[in-house]
Amino acid sequence: MEVKGKQAQEQKQGVLKRIAGPVVTAVNLDAHMYDVVKVGKEQLMGEVIKIQGDNVIIQVYEDTTGIRPGEPVTNTGLSLSVELGPGLLTSIYDGIQRPLEVLVNKMGNFIQRGVTAPGLSHDKKWTFKPLVKAGDKVEPGAILGEVQETNIVHKIMLPPNAKAGVVKTIKSGDFTIDEIIYVLDDGREYPMIQRWPVRVPRPVREKKNPTIPLITGQRILDGLFPIAKGGTAAIPGPFGSGKTVTQQQLAKWSDAEIVVYIGCGERGNEMTEVLTEFPSLEDPKSGKPLMERTVLIANTSNMPVAAREASVYTGITIAEYFRDMGYDVSLMADSTSRWAEAMREISSRLEEMPGEEGYPAYLAARLSEFYERAGLVETLNGKSGSVSVIGAVSPPGGDFSEPVTQNTLRIVKVFWALDAKLSQRRHFPAINWLNSYSLYLDALHDYYDREVAPDWNKTRSWAMEVLQKEAELQEIVQLVGSDALPESEQVTIEVARMIREIFLQQNAYDAVDTFCDMKKQYDMMKAIKLFADYAYAAQLAGVSPAQILSVKSKNELPQIKFIKDYKPELAKIEKDMDAEFNTLRSAA
Amino acid sequence: MKEYRTINKIAGPLVFVEKTEPIAYQELVNVVLADGTIKRGQVLDTSDELVVVQIFETTTGIGKDSGVRFTGETIKMPVGKEMLGRILSGGGKPIDGGPEIVPEKRLDITGAAINPYARGMPADFIQTGISTIDGTNTLVRGQKLPIFSAAGLPHNNVALQIARQAKVPGSTENFAVVFAAMGITKEEANYFMADFERTGALERAVVFLNLADDPAVERIITPRLALTTAEYLAFELGMHVLVILTDMTNYCEALRQIGAAREEVPGRRGYPGYMYTDLASLYERAGMIKGLKGSVTQIPILTMPGDDITHPIPDLTGYITEGQIVVSRELHRKGIYPPINVLPSLSRLMNLGIGKGKTREDHKKVSDQMYAGYAEGNDLRGLVAIVGKDALSERDRLLLEFADLFENRFVRQGYDEDRTIEDTLNIGWDILSTLPVEQLTRIDRELINKYHPKIKAGAKKE
Repeated sequence: MEVKGKQAQEQKQGVLKRIAGPVVTAVNLDAHMYDVVKVGKEQLMGEVIKIQGDNVIIQVYEDTTGIRPGEPVTNTGLSLSVELGPGLLTSIYDGIQRPLEVLVNKMGNFIQRGVTAPGLSHDKKWTFKPLVKAGDKVEPGAILGEVQETNIVHKIMLPPNAKAGVVKTIKSGDFTIDEIIYVLDDGREYPMIQRWPVRVPRPVREKKNPTIPLITGQRILDGLFPIAKGGTAAIPGPFGSGKTVTQQQLAKWSDAEIVVYIGCGERGNEMTEVLTEFPSLEDPKSGKPLMERTVLIANTSNMPVAAREASVYTGITIAEYFRDMGYDVSLMADSTSRWAEAMREISSRLEEMPGEEGYPAYLAARLSEFYERAGLVETLNGKSGSVSVIGAVSPPGGDFSEPVTQNTLRIVKVFWALDAKLSQRRHFPAINWLNSYSLYLDALHDYYDREVAPDWNKTRSWAMEVLQKEAELQEIVQLVGSDALPESEQVTIEVARMIREIFLQQNAYDAVDTFCDMKKQYDMMKAIKLFADYAYAAQLAGVSPAQILSVKSKNELPQIKFIKDYKPELAKIEKDMDAEFNTLRSAA
Repeated sequence: MKEYRTINKIAGPLVFVEKTEPIAYQELVNVVLADGTIKRGQVLDTSDELVVVQIFETTTGIGKDSGVRFTGETIKMPVGKEMLGRILSGGGKPIDGGPEIVPEKRLDITGAAINPYARGMPADFIQTGISTIDGTNTLVRGQKLPIFSAAGLPHNNVALQIARQAKVPGSTENFAVVFAAMGITKEEANYFMADFERTGALERAVVFLNLADDPAVERIITPRLALTTAEYLAFELGMHVLVILTDMTNYCEALRQIGAAREEVPGRRGYPGYMYTDLASLYERAGMIKGLKGSVTQIPILTMPGDDITHPIPDLTGYITEGQIVVSRELHRKGIYPPINVLPSLSRLMNLGIGKGKTREDHKKVSDQMYAGYAEGNDLRGLVAIVGKDALSERDRLLLEFADLFENRFVRQGYDEDRTIEDTLNIGWDILSTLPVEQLTRIDRELINKYHPKIKAGAKKE
């Protein structure tokens, strides 16, 4: 930013008037909404969030202890932006894109104040390979070249807010992100890096309706309640019901090309777990460490609350940037409730009129703006890319009627309801199959027909019907005991139990069971259905439920989960099952 | 140091001072009364017109004529190695009749957040000797695992038993306990002190006592003093520190009291909207740091008002801590000690600390299987009350018996009974062996063949 004349300089500098926690007031400052300012002698980073007469109200991203009235405030005139370019992948940032690794080197093991660090390394050289040549016409968002960042190819694009033009010169070779690599005919020079304000969605050519599922390897998600690539999902649940494990499973195994994981106001040790575990885990598709496709944002619960508010925007902007290259990106936000609470905290310090449960009246608007940044799109350069957003919600007391859950449910298409009851009996993932839903089933119907099996959709409906039926029967069982049920319904109870224990339960900590592809999911469900078909037929032929329940081969089915090359074992079980039922029927 | 006599308002624990020079946010303040008594406080809100000071003690005796001195620095805690074995007040002053602490360092009590990148991964199994913790809700070094209890339950005994028995098997590293009491009665405090003395634990402990009749606002700083001390012992002296904070409910009440005095917009049940962030600033001070030897492990204790786990205090705590140990009134009434209900209990870091090379290869699966069996058996109790035992199937009857066995053999143990993890897992196998083998769907065949007592015995006979 160039500053012209003394006049301008005076307006850029203001004076602090009041400090109360993360919200401070400055006077004599020329500012616009959401300008980034430097607060106090230590130059703490802050953002203008309200202007009232001469008072400029600022939320500060760092701890304000020790700051006094009268200290200077400087306006940078820029809005809160992230640096986008090679070097994003494998990084771990705080809420305002300060790389935590660099911060450790600069200030030790604890987060101190007033230390700035750029989001990307400005010294590292990357090998740039041009994909256009002088004389080519380029539009905003066009891909000009690429850098092999990790095993992911990082596309270098003309910034979306630049003017179209004709390439005058373009270089090839090793450059830092700041070196000029191409010049357009209007004389403008561009490096690899671009900056984008986090609160503004990056533009696209068109938003489309999703038709392909995001395969997660989690049976209850892929099998019963799938999310589409470019879709939105919410995981609400009380503490201890497995939100974070589910989010981490998705970050590990979902078949997105890029994963952005936002730890928003959550536990420090959990982020450490992710940091320790991801580099050693392999992407099932590429065989490369998962970390190579991942960007982590960690603003733990004891880090400044204003930076927590910003972390969600920082994350989604990075996700959009990779989407613009034509990648499928999935973004996990754990937890959006902490983000909402950060909004509430700032709002109450502003003494704004509170809405429901003290949350600001603009809560619903902010949530929907955020989720709307997801989607399957045609990018400005004509590619297809997507951002899928999966937000964890932490409702107080597990009560889904609270404002954050309710406002989230109005927007998202997939709802994975976590259930404390299930987690108490160690049924994991503790997703309640009766309360959850996915509105993408119709959109994904053709994909399953084509890619999994022609009868997958039918088998899925069958399983849901059995589970539904079981829920009704359980009410009766609770009153009169299971022996009082008609024989066919005793069989239904057993089949439902098998669906629950064999198909729905999945062990995230077992090396094999942690990821289950669609084919295996289909085979497992078909095996259960095979048992069901035999069982109903046998029951009609006069075999008693007790005898059906004592069929030995079905007890081997759960073991299938833990076997990598499961097909021979499964075939053997199915054969044994056939033989056992034959014996039963002929005896009857 | 300049003294102001410009107090214009006093409300509850808050003092409003006018016409000051620029005062720093969170600065330490001394208020001098007419008789020379000094009361300490801290700046909560500062501007060029008005400074709001929160007094840590009662505001009794403060008037418009009192003098206000701003010290120019934030609250610091003098720390040193000789704090071990000492008893301090909730404000950090020695109350055991001993000499003042000679500080080796003075540390800011707010404590900075550990950079997540610098954190070490907690992975060392702590054996507490209590089966319901070691076996099914394992504690690891660097974890924060609260005890959710309620009035009239023996949570203090459980905490003391943990403090007494906790060890890392096979390790002889330096170990210390930091005990911070907030608003507990003198009687309870005596009980803790007597047990510390009985077992010799006091030598390795630093005790902070804010009693029920001590000023409520002081409770805001007590846990911070304790954690600052713990961090010093852990990260500067390389000790493994277990911090016991009791009772967090009293801390939260004090927080609410100050919020109300400041006329803030209240959140749920009148507690301040920033209570999550505030509690996180305490609980997150547990952990380990890569490359450093020590660790801070936290066991906060809280009493759930009305036994309600959805009350904001346990609720927000549960969202921050890495699990919870729930003490149950029902088990207590049955006369079972320790009355830990494993169903709502959880240790999130359990999987990091158990398994082959740490505890035993079958640990996770035995634990899962017991959980599943106990949960189902426990549900059946409701059914039995309606239809009677005879209406149950054979499978259900066995599960029902399993639930009883679980409570009587696995949960129940003596106050001084220190079980090894081997003992705990073997008891687990013993009671699991009352169920048919094919019902053990959570354990793979290999482990069953290796550990199942009946199969093991059978194999020997052949």
